[in-house]
Amino acid sequence: MAEGMKIRATMQGDVADVKALMNHIMETGLRKDANTGKLIPAYFINHVVATLNGKTVLDAQWGAAIAKNPFLGFKIKGAKAGDKIVINTVDNKGEKMSGEAAIA
Amino acid sequence: MRRRLTVFLACLFLWGSLAAVAGPAEDRKALLEHYKQRLPDVKFEDYVLGALALNRDARDQYESIMTFPPFVNDVDDGRKTWEKPFKNGKTFASCFAGGGKNVAGRYPYFDNGEGRLITFENALNACLRRNDEPELKYGSNALGLLSAYVKSLSDGMKVQVKVEGAAALAAYEKGKAYYYTRRGQLNFSCASCHIDNVGNFIRSEQMSPMIGQAAHWPEFRAGTELTTLQKRFQQCNSQTRAVPLEYNSEEYNNLEYFLTYMSNGLPMQTPVFRK
Repeated sequence: MAEGMKIRATMQGDVADVKALMNHIMETGLRKDANTGKLIPAYFINHVVATLNGKTVLDAQWGAAIAKNPFLGFKIKGAKAGDKIVINTVDNKGEKMSGEAAIA
Repeated sequence: MRRRLTVFLACLFLWGSLAAVAGPAEDRKALLEHYKQRLPDVKFEDYVLGALALNRDARDQYESIMTFPPFVNDVDDGRKTWEKPFKNGKTFASCFAGGGKNVAGRYPYFDNGEGRLITFENALNACLRRNDEPELKYGSNALGLLSAYVKSLSDGMKVQVKVEGAAALAAYEKGKAYYYTRRGQLNFSCASCHIDNVGNFIRSEQMSPMIGQAAHWPEFRAGTELTTLQKRFQQCNSQTRAVPLEYNSEEYNNLEYFLTYMSNGLPMQTPVFRK
């Protein structure tokens, strides 16, 4: 993948609105390959951690039901413009993706 | 002398007004009047929103999604195709005025030299051909994503399609005839839904006005399914149980010409989200 994820973070009043779009195939492990008939192995993000200036604000455990190229949106109270958002993900194969943005 | 001049001017005026009776400008004016009556609360610029202009809640949801639409990565793929140099070192930008910015609003146009209609996708392929690169297949994902990115460089540009000359007018008239002809097992014409029944519902879907439709293609259905204007024509044909035509067929190109002309004056935005 060229870039793991795109993040946009803006202030809406006194709350930071963070939107992230991640590139990941998110295979559930339940689909069958049309040609071979075999199950396509599970390959999906299962852990997401978001930090604000280094402090964890969101810690999520995802399952196979999250769709391909997941879109994550969340709000943070008490953030301000210029603060740094970092989102780290790990998938079931142990591969990591990361993205960061400053709040606009 | 003065009397002869007056008669001459009167004849000119009469000839001019007769010539102006039936033509694209009059067609468009008549349609605008029709929509003003049927949709009195919709502002002209909002016609590009289609049925979204008729439902405040749907429009709010649309605007919320468009702040960060799911297709940004797909459009990026189109950008990569646009920026990648050909084998001869040139890029797509060299084929278009202004490097491709603010050009899409003039397509389709009738090339009197070549004697044929040129759609924007034709122009992209012509660029590939001129630079000894293989053309992209009409209806392909690659051409669709490229088109989605390049047309975004014309965001905000007003649609400004010209119909000048006999051959161009003939193509426009063919497109118009297709639009108004009933077809398929359901025996609908495009006009049946988008002119006669604008604002009414077919099952759960509200019919959008024809003016404004052509200003925002390709679009992404459900945010991720790339749909070009001609793919939508195929879908509309299928939905009325008519036989869909081929991408880049003469009928579809003429139809695209007619429809895009009708959206003249409206601001383009590409691509957009639709449900």
